[in-house]
Amino acid sequence: MSPATETLRRTPLYDRHEAAGAKLVPFAGWEMPVQYEGIKEEHLNVREHAGVFDVSHMGEIETRGREAEAFLQHVLSNDVTEIAERGAQYAALCREDGGVLDDLFTYRLGSDRYLTVTNASNHERDHAWFSERGAGFDADPRDVAADWAMLALQGPAARTILAGLIDGESAERMRTTEAEVAGVDCLVCGTGYTGEDGVELLIAPDGAGEVWDALVAAGAKPAGLGARDTLRLEVCFHLYGNDLSEDRNPIEAGLGWACKLDTDFIGAEALRDFEPAQRIVPFAFTGSGIPRPGNPVLVGGVERGIVTSGSLSPCLGIGIGMAYVPLGATEPGTPIEIDVRGKRRAAEVREKPLYDKDKETPE
Amino acid sequence: MADESYPDDLLYHPEHDWARIEGEIATLGITWYAQDALGEVVFFDPPALGATLKANESYAEVESVKAVSDVFAPLSGEIVEVNDTLSDAPDTINADPYGDGWLAKIKLSDEGEKSSLLDVGAYKGLLKQ
Repeated sequence: MSPATETLRRTPLYDRHEAAGAKLVPFAGWEMPVQYEGIKEEHLNVREHAGVFDVSHMGEIETRGREAEAFLQHVLSNDVTEIAERGAQYAALCREDGGVLDDLFTYRLGSDRYLTVTNASNHERDHAWFSERGAGFDADPRDVAADWAMLALQGPAARTILAGLIDGESAERMRTTEAEVAGVDCLVCGTGYTGEDGVELLIAPDGAGEVWDALVAAGAKPAGLGARDTLRLEVCFHLYGNDLSEDRNPIEAGLGWACKLDTDFIGAEALRDFEPAQRIVPFAFTGSGIPRPGNPVLVGGVERGIVTSGSLSPCLGIGIGMAYVPLGATEPGTPIEIDVRGKRRAAEVREKPLYDKDKETPE
Repeated sequence: MADESYPDDLLYHPEHDWARIEGEIATLGITWYAQDALGEVVFFDPPALGATLKANESYAEVESVKAVSDVFAPLSGEIVEVNDTLSDAPDTINADPYGDGWLAKIKLSDEGEKSSLLDVGAYKGLLKQ
């Protein structure tokens, strides 16, 4: 075993993944299941039925204190005062120059108590940023990542499966509740990263195995990070590290809707007068091939942009992706070409989402 | 997906490619090990008819949802046929890697090259390393 492998962290469900025959790969410092049976199969099962993902690698920061709201309003791009108690909100975390440090969901657990879920690869940096920027506030952002395992139950059958196991109230979309699932205390969140209905469950690590087993026994099939990535791409959710980075700001990234400039969050001033040269757009191939991150985008035969996410769409059966393109090429229907390892592949800019479950039935 | 197997009548390249030589024609494909490592094949981009293959060099790509893998030529020659059925059903490479999942046929340009390939025993030995 290489030194790098020895230092990888494992979630409380590692043994279950191994026993289920998962392909385990290093991801953001964790050894995570990328697939069990196969990415396509797991993807389609989430679209048609329900899948359960181990996302315990995600980090958590709990912010408490009299000025918790004012502090989060200062660091997060969205209007934190709009989060009702037991509500949820998506936001970007920006530097002064607008560069994106992370994209995050924040749940308001009490009047002065918030839980923010971070991307695994950014967690430590996010917590350091929160701590440093919180110095002037009566607010205490604590790194509570070790206190939480996290499962995502997603798909049209997710809520039916949950209903058979829950003691207490489930969470509506963008809401949270506290309830027992399979006899284990959970924070139930009506959020997800697949475009399907479902919940995310935050659980003390000791209890995560029991909840996982109960969900699987009730018909949710394990799904890996591979399917999680293709599911989110079909509905055009950003992936930090691909579509978002410190080199891009939320306006270029199409996250203007989550940036409330009048709250004066860190980065707001830089964004106020910012005129983007490029914007992120969804696209689909009109012929064969599969786009991959880093592929150049050609507009009118000239290299003008770059693919940040690309894959085969299991539901549509074609190559899809997201790319930064110049402003003149952002309209849906604009023909573009993607240079896939030296071969130019025809594509067109599309509306988001690329896959709309109300319009299409999976193959 | 097929069960793990490595037929006795093939010659193997250490990059997990196989060749079935019949006279001056060789049929080429990837081994069970290669398709298993890649996962479900969702795209095969075939070489052009008439293209010249050089032994040990990549002549095509197979792709899964997440990964791209080069396919190496075990032998040199000219492409005389490609497996057109793979454009509609690339996962045939997973289901039948030595049969219907063949990739291309070449007319050999140097029959002496086959002595540099591995027999089934040597290839299985390589996989155990």
